Amino acid sequence: MADRRSSSRAASLMLAAFMAAGCASGGSTPAAGPDASVRGEADPAEADRQLLNGTPNGAWESSYEPLASGPVLIRGGTVMTAAGEEIEGGDVLLVDGRIESVGVGLDAPDGATVIEATGRFVTPGIIDTHSHLGVYPSPGVEGMGEGNEATNPVTAEVWAEHGVWPQDPGFWRALAGGVTTLQSLPGSANLIGGRGVTLKLVPGRGATDMMFPDAPMGLKMACGENPKRVYASRGPSTRMGNVAGYREAFIRAAKYRERWDRWLAGDRQGDRPDRDLELETLAEVLRGNILIQNHCYRADDMLTMLELSHEFGFSIRSFHHATEAYKIRDRLAEENVAASVWVDWWGFKMEALDGIPQNLALLTDAGARAILHTDSGLEIQILNQNAARAMYAGRSAGIEVTRDQALRWITIHPAWALGIEEETGSLEAGKAGDVVVWSGDPFSVYSRADQVFIDGAVVYDRSRTEGNPSSDFELGILPDSGLGGGR
Amino acid sequence: MNTWWLAILLALLAGSPSIAVGQDLAVTGGTVHTATGEVLEGATVLIRDGIITAVGHDIEVPAGVPTVDATGRVVTPGLIDATTSLGLVEVGMVSSTVDTRLDGDPVRAAFDVVDGINPRSVLIPVNRAAGLTTVLSAPGGGLIAGQAAIIDLAGSSVDEMIVRPRAAMVASYSAGAAGGARGGASLRLREVLDDARFWRENQAAFSAGGTRDLAASRLDLEALGPVLDGETPLVVGVHRASDIESVLRIADEYGLDLVISGGEEAWLVADRIAAAGVPVLLKPLTNSPGGFDRLGSRFDNAMMLERAGVDVIIGSFNSHNARWLLQEAGNAVRFGLPWDVALRAVTLAPAQALGIGDRYGSLEPGKVGNLVVWTGDPFELSTRAEAVVIRGAVTSLDHRQLELFRRYRELDEERPAFKRPGF
Repeated sequence: MADRRSSSRAASLMLAAFMAAGCASGGSTPAAGPDASVRGEADPAEADRQLLNGTPNGAWESSYEPLASGPVLIRGGTVMTAAGEEIEGGDVLLVDGRIESVGVGLDAPDGATVIEATGRFVTPGIIDTHSHLGVYPSPGVEGMGEGNEATNPVTAEVWAEHGVWPQDPGFWRALAGGVTTLQSLPGSANLIGGRGVTLKLVPGRGATDMMFPDAPMGLKMACGENPKRVYASRGPSTRMGNVAGYREAFIRAAKYRERWDRWLAGDRQGDRPDRDLELETLAEVLRGNILIQNHCYRADDMLTMLELSHEFGFSIRSFHHATEAYKIRDRLAEENVAASVWVDWWGFKMEALDGIPQNLALLTDAGARAILHTDSGLEIQILNQNAARAMYAGRSAGIEVTRDQALRWITIHPAWALGIEEETGSLEAGKAGDVVVWSGDPFSVYSRADQVFIDGAVVYDRSRTEGNPSSDFELGILPDSGLGGGR
Repeated sequence: MNTWWLAILLALLAGSPSIAVGQDLAVTGGTVHTATGEVLEGATVLIRDGIITAVGHDIEVPAGVPTVDATGRVVTPGLIDATTSLGLVEVGMVSSTVDTRLDGDPVRAAFDVVDGINPRSVLIPVNRAAGLTTVLSAPGGGLIAGQAAIIDLAGSSVDEMIVRPRAAMVASYSAGAAGGARGGASLRLREVLDDARFWRENQAAFSAGGTRDLAASRLDLEALGPVLDGETPLVVGVHRASDIESVLRIADEYGLDLVISGGEEAWLVADRIAAAGVPVLLKPLTNSPGGFDRLGSRFDNAMMLERAGVDVIIGSFNSHNARWLLQEAGNAVRFGLPWDVALRAVTLAPAQALGIGDRYGSLEPGKVGNLVVWTGDPFELSTRAEAVVIRGAVTSLDHRQLELFRRYRELDEERPAFKRPGF
């Protein structure tokens, strides 16, 4: 079973970290591949590495298994690849859960299920970088809120996956909207809110059953009004206090990392360093293995966070909400930081006052990596519509936005922000068979997801009355209960 | 006579050039959806002094009347959203800019939002540019939140904008509305309505201090008079099917003109709502079982209600983004509501439910000249409003967000704040 926190990219970053520490001795292989992380591994250095990865003794690993599937040929649709092409009368062939090929006139292998998509549209599965499904589930009542460990401004030690409720009915509504992958994040009460988790929308009994294999983890950070409001009485109560809080935490993390990296590189004088869950997370951020997902609205706040990242030598993977990202789109492009934004939420608080519907178009125009996110159990069901609204808002203001670019806002760009862009997010041979067949143009308000494939298996089919995922919670309450999403 | 007509009269007497006074306009050549079921290709809508005088073909446009060429375009009545607080809120979390609610006792029937409406709210032009011409601006909170006003989204003073003050009484029925139990909400509603009736019949005695204590202040009880008379609609936010039935019972007992708002589980009691002749004001994009009072929430609520014969009204339930109203309506169509019913649900249906159906909501002679020229199907995401007409005047489609866009269209790294033309 793959260790979801030791992807090859992460491993190579770790190797670089050890080399930077200047210690090549020790006899272990720091960049050991996934096979080395099996449960019961005896090598003490490997055990240390698992610790560092957050998977001691193989615990907390993804237990996701794709649903069984045979070969599938989706034939004759308008295939929107999110890789630069829109193929009329195109085919997508899925074999062994992967995209075998994308093109025109593909042959169906023996035993393949053929889906006639003439008049319909085919896209990659949609991905949301910003969800609280699972941690703020429905019903949103007493006993169910898991998103904010609002007891301390820095809680890098908490993990969203420990709060994810796999029975959240919202998952299956999102699936019926064409979503195949989402990141469930802690909330924004804290400066550093904890680790986020990337999930595949396939039912499971526990959160690990839904975890996207090999996906790096996220770290939720928050700028601006929320932390200073939540902690007004004890601090931080200002943006100044916020920034001091991040810096203080990363100073401790840098020291912790140094101590552990020395130990892991074989310099084993004295006792093994103690584990500290909070600093373990932040040290992994500094090593580049955990991706920062930073709630931050205002342009000046984002620039402040870029300075912070320079001070400590880490990267911010994506700003989130970023209502003013358009004001600094050149800087975001330069620094290779994505912006996960809404189409046109605005005005609900001061830092959201300047949100405009052309945000995505302006970011795209400047070559920044623009992402449409939701932060909403409703909007995650209409990401296709909202991508269309943002595309047309740009066009009507005179900014040329192509359909492929708009599709990327909800597919390959969010995949990049989650570190899974090699695996999913576009219709290209070799990638996971995460595919949506739409009843019509996904950029029309009237279109619906007809079928949603994850790893080559039909997880949702609008035409069937049984077999679509649904939550235990919805059983036995109302007529038609248990139908899951899409109604 | 309502305030707007009074304003026109005063303006005429004063020779005021105010744009809120009705103007002349001809909109020619468009595909006109009247919202009464008619679709007229290549038709003209003629507006004189802010009132529609003719809709159809072969209409002669008098000399001097400005013309909007709507050839190849779609023309509909101006959109009406009965679920906003436009003018009453500027920044949600800045309490000094929020005039939607009074604190204290859950019964605030006398609270009238009109004086809180700010005609210069930046939210108004943002939403007008998306085709909204008329809204109910409503209070919130408590059991009886207060009285909502209908405004047209043009004019520099409330007097100009107002269509009907105190147009609806707004209430909310839930476990938390009064005392922490549903029975408490029912109890308090009945008590207040009883006392409103009692007060009206015993005003002299009340003034002389000769009555028992009453359940609300004199002003609250007085404000409920038109509600008891069935003249002012009572818009009740209510969600669970059984709660809807409770509210229907109370409305029946007191002879109220009820409008159900929210109504996530209304489909479960659709026949009963239809039999009572009560309209349902709903947000089609609602399908999460977010609370135990809406476990039955689903996207095709509107369709099922309509099939049962219920008058469906679509609302945005938003202020900053009341402009999402059309996406809401489009999604109702996606989930089975007929297109023409969806159009009616954002035009004539809210006008009728709010008691202004004789003057608003459709393109017919005698009605106020509020209309929108669209580049295509108004529900489609690619469509935008090309002209928004209020009382015959073509309104500006510019707003603060477009100013921000223009300022940042080209980035000047040196001095971004100095980009503004004329600075």
